Amino acid sequence: MEGWSNWLGPAEWQAVRLSLRVSLVATLASLPLGILAAYALARWSFWGKALLNGLVHLPLILPPVVTGYLLLLTFGRRGAVGEVLDQFGIVLSFRWTGAALAAAVMAFPLMVRAIRLALEAVDPRLEAAASTLGASPVWVFVTVTLPLILPGVVAGSILAFAKAMGEFGATITFVSNIPGQTQTIPSAIYAFLQVPGGEQAAGRLVIVSVALAMGALLLSELLARRVARRVAGA
Amino acid sequence: MISVSVQHRFAGFDLDVAFEAPPGVTVLFGPSGSGKTTLVNTVAGLLRPDHGRIVAGDWVLLDTAARRCVPPHRRRLGYVFQEGRLFPHLTVRQNLLYGRWFAPRGAAAPGLPHVVDLLGLGGLMDRRPGALSGGEKQRVAIGRALLAAPKLILADEPLAALDEARKAEILPYFERLRDEVAVPILYVSHSSAEVARLATTVVALRAGRVTAVGPPGRVLGDVAAMGVRGAASVLTARVVAHHADGLSELATAGGRLWLPLVADAPGSRLRVRIAAQDVILSRARPEGLSALNILAGTITDVRPGQGPGAMVVLAVGEDRLTARLTRRSAEAMGLATGQSCHAILKTVAVAPEDVGTGARALDTRPLDQMVR
Repeated sequence: MEGWSNWLGPAEWQAVRLSLRVSLVATLASLPLGILAAYALARWSFWGKALLNGLVHLPLILPPVVTGYLLLLTFGRRGAVGEVLDQFGIVLSFRWTGAALAAAVMAFPLMVRAIRLALEAVDPRLEAAASTLGASPVWVFVTVTLPLILPGVVAGSILAFAKAMGEFGATITFVSNIPGQTQTIPSAIYAFLQVPGGEQAAGRLVIVSVALAMGALLLSELLARRVARRVAGA
Repeated sequence: MISVSVQHRFAGFDLDVAFEAPPGVTVLFGPSGSGKTTLVNTVAGLLRPDHGRIVAGDWVLLDTAARRCVPPHRRRLGYVFQEGRLFPHLTVRQNLLYGRWFAPRGAAAPGLPHVVDLLGLGGLMDRRPGALSGGEKQRVAIGRALLAAPKLILADEPLAALDEARKAEILPYFERLRDEVAVPILYVSHSSAEVARLATTVVALRAGRVTAVGPPGRVLGDVAAMGVRGAASVLTARVVAHHADGLSELATAGGRLWLPLVADAPGSRLRVRIAAQDVILSRARPEGLSALNILAGTITDVRPGQGPGAMVVLAVGEDRLTARLTRRSAEAMGLATGQSCHAILKTVAVAPEDVGTGARALDTRPLDQMVR
C-alpha cells in the first residue's frame, strides 16, 4: 500500500482524488433527474418530448468546448442562472462544483439512455397488475418498476461515473485547470504534457484512467445482463 | 349484484354494453374480438370509457354522468390475468401478500394459511415465479387476488394459456371460490364448457354488444347467442353411485344418467353440459338401444331454424334440455309444445370437461368468515 501511494506524486494524487469526488457528486446528484428524464421519455407522451430528447442528448454530439462555453454563459457569475446562484453564495465557475456540473451534463445522456432501456424492458402490464392490487402510481414505481430497473440504474450510473472521470473539454472551458480546485485527471495529463519531463507523470495518470474506464465498462456490462435475467423472472 | 353499462368508441370497434347480474360468478362469454377483455379492463379501471356506469353491490366504481371515476388502485379488486402477471422480482409469498399491504386495515381478508391451503401452495412459498409451472403460476395469481381483500374478483380467461391437464387442475379452484367465497366474480371466457361449469349468470357478447343474459342453461341453449353448433344445455344431477365398469350413475329430474366415471363422491351435485347436437328425441320410450341414457321430459318449444335444422326444448324438471334435429324429423314426428318426449344421450358424448360441481345456494357471509 505504501509503495502504491508513492507510485503517484502528490499533484497526481490530488488530481485522482478530485476526479473521484467530482465524478461521484456528478453521478449521484444527477441520478434522480436522470430517472425522471428516462421515465418521461419512455412512458409519457407530452408536448415538447422531441425537444427534451434532443436537449438530453445534445452534449453527446456538441463539441465539448461548446457545451463548456454555454455552461460558462449560463452558470458563470454574470450568467443568467449564475447571477441568481451568486446571490445565495453559490459559485460554480472555476470551482470543483462547476467541474461536477460540467461532468454531470456531459454524462447525462449515457445515464438516461441506460435507464430508459431498462424501463422499456419492463412489462407495463405488471404495473397495471400492481395498480389493481391497490398500489398507487408512486407505490407501483417504488415496489415494481424501480426494483425491476435497478440493475439498469446501476449500470447507467457506472457509465456516467466513467464518462465524468474522463470529461475534459467542457470542464476546462467552464472551470479552467486549477490544481487542487478544478484539475481533474484529464486536465492534469494535459498540463503535464505541456511541460518538459512531464511525460512520466502523464503516463501514470493514463494507466489509472484506462484501468478505471475498463473496470467501469465491464461492471456495467455485467449488470446489464442481470437486467434481462431479472425482468425474465429467473 | 353487479351492474355494468359502458359505451366506448374505438377505431373500427364500438363497445355498447349494459347488463345486471346477481351475486355469484358472472361469465362474459363470446368469441375473441367481442369486447370481453376490454369490458373487464373497464371494470378494473385500466381503461376509461367515453360513457359508463359500473356498480358492484353498493360500490360505485364509475359514473361518467356524475364525473366519478375511481382509480384502479382504489377499486378494491382482485384481478386474475390470463398470463398470471406475477412480479418476477418477488417470491411467491411476497407476491401473495402484495395486495394485502395496500388493503385498508381491518378489511375482510382471508388468512394467508387458508389461501395457501385452498390453492395447495404450501411447497412453493419461497420460489420465484420464473421457477413455477403455468398451472402453479395461475394458482398463485388466484391467491394474490384473494388476499387483496377484494370487493370484486375479475378473471380474464385465466385458463386460456394452460393445456388441458392444467385447465382441469385450476377449474375446480374457481368452483370452490364460487361456492365458498361470497365475493362476486366477473369471469371472461370463450369456452362453453367453462360457462356451463362456473357461471351463475352468463353475459353473451358479440362484436361489442350483449346478445343474451341469463343463467347458463338458458343462454347456452339460445341459438341466437350461441350459433346452432354451439347450442347446449346444462343439466343438474346428483351422484348416486360409481360402478365397477367405469361408469358413474347420476340422478336427474328426468331419470338415471350414466356418465364416464366422475371424481365426485356420491351425494355431490354436478352440472353436466350436453351439446344440443348430441341429443336424439323419441316420442315413445325406445327399447333395444345401445344408448344408456333416456330422460323423460315435456316439450316447451319447437323452433324451426333458417336452414334444414330445428331446435326442440324439453323441460326436464327445473332444467331445460335443447335438442338439435332436422326440421324434417320434427315434422314427421309431429313434435309440438306440451307433448311428453324422451331424450336419448350417448354416455361417451359427455367429456370430463363438461362435468363440474354444482353451485350450492349462494352464501352471503363476508369473505373472512367464509375462508376462516
